[in-house]
Amino acid sequence: MGKLATITRRTFLLGAVAITGGVVFGYWKYKQPYGNPLQKDLDDGEAALTPYVLIDQDGITIIAPRAEMGQGIHTTLAALVAEELDVSLEQVKVIHGPASNAYFNAAGFEEAIPFAAIDESSMAERARNFTRIPAKFLGMQLTGGSSSTPDAFEKMRMAGAAARESLLQAAAQKLGVQATSLSTHAGKVLTASGDSFDYTELAEAAALIEPSAEPTLKSQANWKVLGKSQARVDVIPKSTGTAEFGVDVTLPGMLFATVRVNPNLLNPMNAYDASKAESMRGVEKIIEIENGVAVVATNSWYAFQAAKAIEFDWQPANYPKTTSELRQIVVDSFAAGADSKHRDDGDVDAALNGAEIISGEYEVPYLAHATMEPMNATAWMRDGMIEIWAGNQLPTQIVKEAERITGLPEDAITVHTPYMGGGFGRRAELDFAKQAIEIANAMPGTPVKMTWTREEDTCHDYYRPLALAKFKAVMGDTEPTAIDLELAAPSVASSQFGRLGVPAAGPDIFIVQAAWDQPYGVENYRVRGYKADTVFPVSSWRSVGASQNAFFHESMMDELAAAKSLDPLQMRLNLITHEPSRKVIEAVGELSNWGAELPAGHGRGIAFCLSFGVPTAQVIEVAEQDGKIKILNAYIAADVGTALDPRNVEAQLSGGMHYGLAAAMMGEITITDGKVDQTNFHNYNSIRMNQSPNVEVAILENGDRIRGVGEPGTPPAAPALANAIYAATGKRIRRLPLNKEVSFV
Amino acid sequence: MKLTVNGTNHEVDVDPNMPLLWVLRDELNIKGPKFGCGIAMCGACTVHLNGNPIRACSFPVSAATGEITTIEGVGTPNAMSAVQEAWVEHQVAQCGYCQSGQIMSATALLNNNPAPSDQDIDTAMSGNLCRCGTYPRIRAAIKTAAANIQASKATEIELGADAPEGV
Repeated sequence: MGKLATITRRTFLLGAVAITGGVVFGYWKYKQPYGNPLQKDLDDGEAALTPYVLIDQDGITIIAPRAEMGQGIHTTLAALVAEELDVSLEQVKVIHGPASNAYFNAAGFEEAIPFAAIDESSMAERARNFTRIPAKFLGMQLTGGSSSTPDAFEKMRMAGAAARESLLQAAAQKLGVQATSLSTHAGKVLTASGDSFDYTELAEAAALIEPSAEPTLKSQANWKVLGKSQARVDVIPKSTGTAEFGVDVTLPGMLFATVRVNPNLLNPMNAYDASKAESMRGVEKIIEIENGVAVVATNSWYAFQAAKAIEFDWQPANYPKTTSELRQIVVDSFAAGADSKHRDDGDVDAALNGAEIISGEYEVPYLAHATMEPMNATAWMRDGMIEIWAGNQLPTQIVKEAERITGLPEDAITVHTPYMGGGFGRRAELDFAKQAIEIANAMPGTPVKMTWTREEDTCHDYYRPLALAKFKAVMGDTEPTAIDLELAAPSVASSQFGRLGVPAAGPDIFIVQAAWDQPYGVENYRVRGYKADTVFPVSSWRSVGASQNAFFHESMMDELAAAKSLDPLQMRLNLITHEPSRKVIEAVGELSNWGAELPAGHGRGIAFCLSFGVPTAQVIEVAEQDGKIKILNAYIAADVGTALDPRNVEAQLSGGMHYGLAAAMMGEITITDGKVDQTNFHNYNSIRMNQSPNVEVAILENGDRIRGVGEPGTPPAAPALANAIYAATGKRIRRLPLNKEVSFV
Repeated sequence: MKLTVNGTNHEVDVDPNMPLLWVLRDELNIKGPKFGCGIAMCGACTVHLNGNPIRACSFPVSAATGEITTIEGVGTPNAMSAVQEAWVEHQVAQCGYCQSGQIMSATALLNNNPAPSDQDIDTAMSGNLCRCGTYPRIRAAIKTAAANIQASKATEIELGADAPEGV
């Protein structure tokens, strides 16, 4: 890391860069004819170069500039480079690397446009390409939106290929032969006569060679690493307690801190009395920070104890103070007129008029992210510089916050992104990093690690919004002939993007995400979104709007099938208009032996959701045992276009489903007197081993392009489970969490 | 105050009510055990005291008399235990934050019960939360570890060697 820290932002732009005895290779060609802000330091030409490969005498390091929060992205991104560089993953070291706008995520905003992910029309493509402009100008090094793999798929292979070609050139010059007479294997350049040179010994010479502007990529048929399940680069550290998470950062002379900020979220503190805390054992300093106080001590636990002993006068909430009042705002938004109407096929009003109408109302609660690792960050201010360690999904924004808080220039700020104990969207918020910076700013010279208690974490989240849905539909003999779906929620886009200083223009697509764009052909089909005033802080929660809308849409589909005693899987096949989606539904049917008789008291439910471009179908089988629901089996089929690492794709689909099941079964955040009621895992619990089903996964690759899979496993879980409970018990549950109406084993 | 961690004796000067976890992490720099909840609800801090799994976040250091074993004492990257090997074989970890605790609970289970049933695994492991949902692979890894431990014991008995203590 020390060596990398010496690479300045300017050198990122210059391609192959000589560093002490080594070389950094980067390659990324920007295809669109828009001005590239990254090129301002370059001569004419369209190539902007970013570093992904660092080679020196010590070995090969691949920079995987996305947050590793469990999704296996460091392994997959390293595999993209390794494939083209012709090295194995065992031969390389993989690091996140420094924060840089050069690592912006071009694909991170694609989900935010009013075109379906599977829409290949030229309009949709143009809109999609336009999202790359703000993505680039904002320069956000974002991990989220299941976008890391699609974003990197070409550019990181290019980086590997360009580096390999330069190494071949370097060897050719050294030997006085044509590069075409040389080959590579496992980190070596080989000559026709059988001599070999390690990449590491060629690095210095390769640094002087201009990297190829058009490196040739391997054809998929020749892949040796990609498409095959890899051992995760972090699996041994994470199985031996040696992986360094943010909370494990240790620095010389470091002190330990915690914070307490106003539980009336984002509201100020009026006053506090720390007279008791000040004299408690281990306490070194008490610092006023935004909306609260930090306690710095010689041990985290001393800080926790002292923080508990502080008395606060909090300013009351400036928003409605109870769940029911906050809910009423969402209810009222239906009357205020639609925010979006991205789907309006046929004539829904005419089709509903005078017909026999099936209707229902649905609801989901606020949810916390509840990562296993509580929010934490470490910062160290010294010699006119600040270094920050924070498990985070937006390092470039932390740089901006550090500039604002400390007044230091950008090049005096270093952000490290260690492993994170879960993210799920929570670590795209900046509050915890800002607090560590505030503390460091008040204690120059002393590194301080700030760790939240679980209570602080549960009560100071930015939550998945409470959301409501209403549907009216008309059934034909084999499928619905009209669907009118109305969805209301506070706006994640305005809440989250507002905090980032990014204007959220136009309708909020997340309110209707994965509802308006589903590949069902229904003659009269309308999906409208209603934007409720966003008064309570909400944010992206794994799969964002799809997390609630799949429950609404797919429970509705189940109700419609049941109304005519139709097979819900077959009814979906009757409606489906997208071939890869059809195959996913067929695959989950086969995997689950759909249609085979089940023992009495058992039930199967199916749900389908296309989110982040990934059609995903799940079948869940439950049994009623002594009046309790036991989740026995779960079957998942999904199409990711190209599965770069099948075993990891399976892990993400299964894990994503578990995350959705936990929320569906028992997840609920409520608010009383302005404050969140839940505090810890005893009253905000999660799925546990004894509740986890057997899982089988089928991965399909019929989709038109490569997709990311961190989120798509989550949305179908809730409706598949609710539909299974209906099949087993006849009880239709329209409000989450399900444990308000049934008990689980 | 004296305590023995992974076979090494330490002397610490802390509040006797301080939970063992914070002595390990912030005083002794032993960071495999993780802080998750502070109320023994998630299991991320699980360590062994005289071979028994305890939640170090809620266990006062003054009561931790005896042999304390953390994940670091179970195996190392170059010399992993059978349970850790199985964790790698099944590629269990996602974010990995809970896995130190999961491995400590699984190790204790297998020390006491070399061939656990699904029900035994549920009972022993349900105190350990995993928000990534790695439970199916944890279950598979425990079964693999159990089989490998049994097989290596059988081999050693055939060879007339002493079976190793624990896993």
